[in-house]
Amino acid sequence: MIKDEEYLKSKASFCLDLAKKLGATDVSVTVGNSISETVNFRNKVLDESNRSDSLAISIDTYLGKKKSSISSSNLLDENLKTLIEKCFETTKITPEDEFNSLPDKDLIAKNIKDLNLYDENHLENDKKIDYLKELEETASIDKKIINTESGFTENKSNFILANSNGFCNGYKSSSFTASCVTVAKNENSMERDYEFTSKCHLNDITKPSELGKIAAEQTIKKLNPKKIGSDKFSIIFDKRISKGFLSSFASAISASSIARGTSFLKDKLNQQIFSNSIDVIDKPDLIKGMGSKSFDSEGVKSETLKLVSNGILNNYLVDTYNGKKLNLKSNGRSGGSTNLYFENGKINYDDLLKSHSKILYITETIGHGSNLVTGDYSVGATGYLIENGEFKYPVNEITIAGNFNEMFKNISLANDLEFKYSVNSPTMMIDGMTVAGK
Amino acid sequence: MSNFFDKSDLTRKDVDLIVSDTLKNCDDGELYFEDSKSESIVLDDNKIKSSNYSSDLGFGFRAISDEVVAYSHSNEISKNSLKSSAKSLQSTLKSIKGTYNHEIPKTNNRFYDAINPIEQKTLDGKLEVLNKVNDYLRKKDSTVKQVTASFSGEQKSIEIIRSGGESLTDVRPLIRFNVSVMLEKNGRKETGVYGIGGRQSYDDYLKNDNWKNVCEEALRIASVNLDSKPAPAGEMKVVLGPGWPAILIHEAIGHGLEGDFNRKKTSAFHNLMGQKVASEGVTIVDDGTIDKRRGSLTIDDEGTPTERTVLIENGILKNFMQDRLNARLMNTRSTGSGRRESYKHIVLPRMRNTMMLSGKQTQDEMIKSVDKGIFAVSFGGGQVDITSGKFVFNCTEAYEINNGKIGSPIKGATLIGDGPSILKEVSMVGNDMMMDPGIGTCGKAGQGVPVGVAQPSILIDKMTVGGTKL
Repeated sequence: MIKDEEYLKSKASFCLDLAKKLGATDVSVTVGNSISETVNFRNKVLDESNRSDSLAISIDTYLGKKKSSISSSNLLDENLKTLIEKCFETTKITPEDEFNSLPDKDLIAKNIKDLNLYDENHLENDKKIDYLKELEETASIDKKIINTESGFTENKSNFILANSNGFCNGYKSSSFTASCVTVAKNENSMERDYEFTSKCHLNDITKPSELGKIAAEQTIKKLNPKKIGSDKFSIIFDKRISKGFLSSFASAISASSIARGTSFLKDKLNQQIFSNSIDVIDKPDLIKGMGSKSFDSEGVKSETLKLVSNGILNNYLVDTYNGKKLNLKSNGRSGGSTNLYFENGKINYDDLLKSHSKILYITETIGHGSNLVTGDYSVGATGYLIENGEFKYPVNEITIAGNFNEMFKNISLANDLEFKYSVNSPTMMIDGMTVAGK
Repeated sequence: MSNFFDKSDLTRKDVDLIVSDTLKNCDDGELYFEDSKSESIVLDDNKIKSSNYSSDLGFGFRAISDEVVAYSHSNEISKNSLKSSAKSLQSTLKSIKGTYNHEIPKTNNRFYDAINPIEQKTLDGKLEVLNKVNDYLRKKDSTVKQVTASFSGEQKSIEIIRSGGESLTDVRPLIRFNVSVMLEKNGRKETGVYGIGGRQSYDDYLKNDNWKNVCEEALRIASVNLDSKPAPAGEMKVVLGPGWPAILIHEAIGHGLEGDFNRKKTSAFHNLMGQKVASEGVTIVDDGTIDKRRGSLTIDDEGTPTERTVLIENGILKNFMQDRLNARLMNTRSTGSGRRESYKHIVLPRMRNTMMLSGKQTQDEMIKSVDKGIFAVSFGGGQVDITSGKFVFNCTEAYEINNGKIGSPIKGATLIGDGPSILKEVSMVGNDMMMDPGIGTCGKAGQGVPVGVAQPSILIDKMTVGGTKL
């Protein structure tokens, strides 16, 4: 059983009181407990079971504008006492930083909405095994599938965030995640692909047979890949890749990157950064949302932000510290975006595939090729060549490259948005990117 | 040495009993205790941005029967907690009938001292160096617009308790000092990053004002990039500089030679043992025994002493890297490559310091032999798809080569190649092998572990460069 609110609150107040008694002017404490149980299968037999029970506490102590932090997994009072003393000693000799402070009292979250993020259903490991058995049976129907690996993880967490301004709140959340990785082989090649599902509530996850089927189909489709010649291309990014551009965008508009001047989107507020058909929303209060939050990691209330409307950048993601640096109020985004998504475009998926006579459709990228300082982008990729709306053959060992400043202005979106992750995008097309191959 | 249960209700006898009882019918397993203390002090944007100290204590209990691994971990060290872990293991391994293999080779070698680097330098001393770095860089060059400098240090004490009461211990120090600088000139911004580290005290790395050299190197890389032109796109010859570019070896073939992927036959290398996988003259080893290096370990996380494992000898595939589980199932021995990020993670076969050894040619000869290609000196990170064998890595400092001469610097680009065939494209191996500066972290299955790499300059006849210029 995960630790209850009462236990977490008692640990938090123990730390708050002690730090105050030592002379700290402000204190902030986060205590959390997370229990997860994983079962992994391989080639239709049990491969691994893993139970994890983690407690964690992190404490910030302030002395005026001086601040330092500690964290630990050992919640025995005696250990906490030693650590808080050490933390406060360190605070005393840490230089002042005028922007250090707890969040403004008027921004603190007051009405905590229940976002239905916790499902108390517990799936026994035997039931997880049944799910994975069915999944792998479906995944391995085709003889070309030579290896299947799958896993089921159930996670339950609870936390309390408390600070010396009187904020003390937290909530439980849960997640149920199943994944399947398949390997397909023929005389010419061996390829791997995957599919997964992750939801707050057990009843919302994808059926095992469907998950296995999708993974297998995607993998078999990758067999016999070709390398293509270097050229300029219109590229379609599958939904599982297109969401990555939103994550890069979110990092680039974080107040910390902006304040440090290390973002290609610095000084772009109120300017056109995407084509004028693009809207980007960050919505914290989505019921059962994978990125939903009742307040941010400092306890600041967070409301839905229309980050981009008609291609124009409206907001940065602002936390207290960097907000003070930029002379902006926190908008409850300490810890980053919540449920971030592109609004649907106007074109449907099939029409997007037919929009050019030759299109490269990307299903996977590898490498860390996004430079958020310059906006330069270059990654390894695999996918398919599409001619006149039809899949021709799989493509691999190529790279795709461009610069976010131009890429963002050349985005068109399909109308197939779904909320599968915390960051979601419809299928995306970008014109004029460079493909390097043969 | 930490005593892991002196503040709990457990005695060593209790622990031995629970371990022996839980593992009695298993093929393998152990109780792993870990006590880690770590710190991170960061200067950023002219200020000490954060000073964090963290302490983590916990255990991971593992039982293995045939191919099935049961694992349970907790950071509550008590009789109750250990017993409930034991129960969780037993419930997974329902019909166990293994034979426990007790043998773990012993060693008297130690590759680092049992120091706590955090305590060996005062906070004031650390803050002073960070401030000096900031002042030095900002005074040195007016185009410097941002400086980030950081210290991170840890001491990790571990104890492995096996069935029958056998105990194996290790104390592992690790530090890293890092400088990142951003320049801005004529509206263009570029960054340069450099770091050093290993398993010694901070001051061992900072002797003779060595922090200045780290600053200079970060500044040099950023300055080169300010003048960079778009990188070319397409297949061409690539000369790699010595040292850190060996992450090519790590990604292209290292991961593919880890035991688990080969036992499961999901590695592109699984049926190539004894065959020619690289050009003649190419020898690659994975070595956990180099004194005080970031990837070195006295014993691995299963207690096996590390070794120098020859992976490829003169072009021929000789060995995979093994932990105990994969070694047993593949009828071979552990190479001391069983590693885990922490007590929260299961053991996997991993790399330590992966090195291509020196050959006979010079870097000059390589450059001169290239009509059109690129010279890659420094890298960000890399990644591999084990199954298809395709791998990438990102240049952070590279130049074009035209008619045997080094030309203009080019913008960062991803290079992509095919693991099983790339080493056959190596046509020259340099005489200038160098270790990386001690900064690598390898990720696998969500676990990060410190690693090292080394190589001489090499010439690759054909690789795809992912630039924007056709």
